[in-house]
Amino acid sequence: MTRLRAVGLALLAPLIAVVVSVLVTTAVIAAAGSSPGDFWDAMFSNPLPRIRVNIVNQAAIIYISAVAAAIAFRMNLFNIGLEGQYTIASFAAASFAGAAYLSGFLNVAVAILIAALVGAAWSGIAGILKTTRGVSEVISTIMLNSIAITLVGYLLNRYGVHEGNTVHTTNLEKSSKLTGFTPYEARDGQIWALCLLAVLVGVGFWVLLSKTRFGFDLRASGQSETAALASGVNPKRMVVTAMLLSGGVAGLIWMPALFGAASSYGTSFQAGLGFTGLAVALLGRNRPIGMAFGAVLFAFLTAQSNTLTFSTDISPSIVQITQGIAVLAVVVAYEIVRRWRSRLEQRDVAKELAPVGPGTAGATA
Amino acid sequence: MSRYLNHWYVYVLGGIAAVSLVRIVSDTDDITSAGTIRAAIIATCPILMAALGGLWAERAGVVNIGLEGQMILGTWGAAFFTYHYGPWVGVIGAALFGIIGGLLHAIATVTFGVDHIVSGVAINLIGAGAATFLAEAVFPDLEGGGPRQLIGLETPTQVTIPGISDAALDLAGKHWFFVSDVAAFVGALTTRVSTLSIVVFALVLVSAYVLWRTSFGLRLRSCGENPQAAETLGVNVYLYKYIAVIISGALAGIGGGFLALVSSSGFNTGQTGGRGYIGLAAMIFGNWRPGGLLMGALTFGYTDSLRLRNAEAVHALLLLLAVGLIAYAVYQVVRGQRRAAVGVTAVGAALLVWYVSTDSVPRDFTSMTPYVTTLFVLALGTQRLRMPAADGRPYQKGSAG
Repeated sequence: MTRLRAVGLALLAPLIAVVVSVLVTTAVIAAAGSSPGDFWDAMFSNPLPRIRVNIVNQAAIIYISAVAAAIAFRMNLFNIGLEGQYTIASFAAASFAGAAYLSGFLNVAVAILIAALVGAAWSGIAGILKTTRGVSEVISTIMLNSIAITLVGYLLNRYGVHEGNTVHTTNLEKSSKLTGFTPYEARDGQIWALCLLAVLVGVGFWVLLSKTRFGFDLRASGQSETAALASGVNPKRMVVTAMLLSGGVAGLIWMPALFGAASSYGTSFQAGLGFTGLAVALLGRNRPIGMAFGAVLFAFLTAQSNTLTFSTDISPSIVQITQGIAVLAVVVAYEIVRRWRSRLEQRDVAKELAPVGPGTAGATA
Repeated sequence: MSRYLNHWYVYVLGGIAAVSLVRIVSDTDDITSAGTIRAAIIATCPILMAALGGLWAERAGVVNIGLEGQMILGTWGAAFFTYHYGPWVGVIGAALFGIIGGLLHAIATVTFGVDHIVSGVAINLIGAGAATFLAEAVFPDLEGGGPRQLIGLETPTQVTIPGISDAALDLAGKHWFFVSDVAAFVGALTTRVSTLSIVVFALVLVSAYVLWRTSFGLRLRSCGENPQAAETLGVNVYLYKYIAVIISGALAGIGGGFLALVSSSGFNTGQTGGRGYIGLAAMIFGNWRPGGLLMGALTFGYTDSLRLRNAEAVHALLLLLAVGLIAYAVYQVVRGQRRAAVGVTAVGAALLVWYVSTDSVPRDFTSMTPYVTTLFVLALGTQRLRMPAADGRPYQKGSAG
């Protein structure tokens, strides 16, 4: 019974969040003078093959971003800097791969390694500032985001290939482009080969956290730094390691797209994935499976919203509101459920401890 | 010597003299021209509003990362209400839309005890999404509007003080040492000043007065320092936190409105460009104090405006910064902090080398200035920065005693 109740309570919060975001979205559409019915019809129609492929690809890169956020979250760190980390890492990897010092798979592998290292280095700045100077990682990573984005803009302008009004890094050679999986016809697009990275990252995250000493230390330090310190964990080293790992994974975010479709860093670069990842990590409670659901949900909303332009007069950006509300609603709902659960537990404890027999009521405070 | 170091006007006079000297040595009149100062004031105002919004919230113990989202909401509100009812209703509309963001943040963080950063991130997502959606839904049907913009809005009136304005600008044009720099400043303050800018600076004074000179302000700040103690003294902590976060949202919204009405000629999607975050940085730079955040916002606004004007001026700024750092190092030696002085001197010398060895600074580097400065200030000065003691901690009613 208690186990059933625990499962029910765990599912309650996401359920509340979905209901609230559906209600708010409907209200906003109605307030803007459009038909909510049309909107939900379009959103819940069976996705076209092209959109299904798109959902898988987007879910994969959002998932990598969510894992990157979760590594830091589990250590009680806020890596708001995913955005900057994957921007600068993607630029570095695209530049290296485009320069074609190596060829074929070796080029791809080294470029991915570079992406991870650059991402880790960028987040490491925040980690070191936190441990040596006590600078809050929230503020430093926000600053590092802006610095990374302007720095990349400058480098791209200076060293990139200019074509008309656009600029991008050197395109990949043919041998470094990875052929993906084509589930439907060729015009519906490919599922990128490196979407496998998402699976690897997810499994790696689960193994690291649940099956290793390091993962235990990480979670312990996240829950109580003093307790972790007492059991021999060096909290400063944990902070730096968690930031490095988080940034390293963040560096991988855009790699599937780079080698699968974009083939250079430029106008094809998809910005904003860092914040999407943060949102999905919150939605999925930093759990590998929960985040997978969150990533698919977000990818579905984003990809499916493109059909809105054909069938309704509603702009696709409405799903940004849905996503934002979902995140806010889920964190509020978890808090409500947590309070409710602790009250239930207290009541249970009180019931267990209550002395049997009349006349002794009130002994449990 | 130390007797003089305690007077702020000594610094101001010294600062003006240094700037003026750099202007003449580097032959770039644009670093203190009336045009630059005017642009700097316009660039400062939105940052200042965001910073002030951050101050209100954090003084009551709520970290407001959602300033950016509230600003974005403000840009839309300002555009919509200005189009229909004129600029002053537009400013109120901007504040109202900012309040929506602030209220959401207050409900999540105060009532439900959600982590402040988490809620702020969500509000930024919602703000950006809502403004984009509302713009696409509403603006294409309006005159001068499109799915991503609404231009040709009426701006708040501008004020020129006749006589003083002309005389000052005339004097500024002479490019004399010191005198012309002061004249340019006076000229910028008396020529075509937007009334909204005046309101913005007035709000800083009002906030400083209310927060530090009234019992309301004392109670509000006590919620940020020690909410348990405040509650035992009968302060309604939740109410004060709500008021603070709502005011915070309103101020950020007005900052957004300023961007749409004064800084540019209308609404554009993505117009805030991270100014909410720069405002937060200015507030931290200013050590959670009104005077400090004013300095921070002015510094960031000035660099922001130079970026848009003249590449040579930015290059001259390197020299100014180098001179400033070396002067600061001397000050540190006088105070006996020899080791700290070495680092500062090294940075100053490096900038000097950079100045001598190049002819211009890439524009991108200028836009990085606020962020790099904040990182340095945080890294070097965390020991001296003091944020409200209970800032960012969730507080549940009735947890005192």
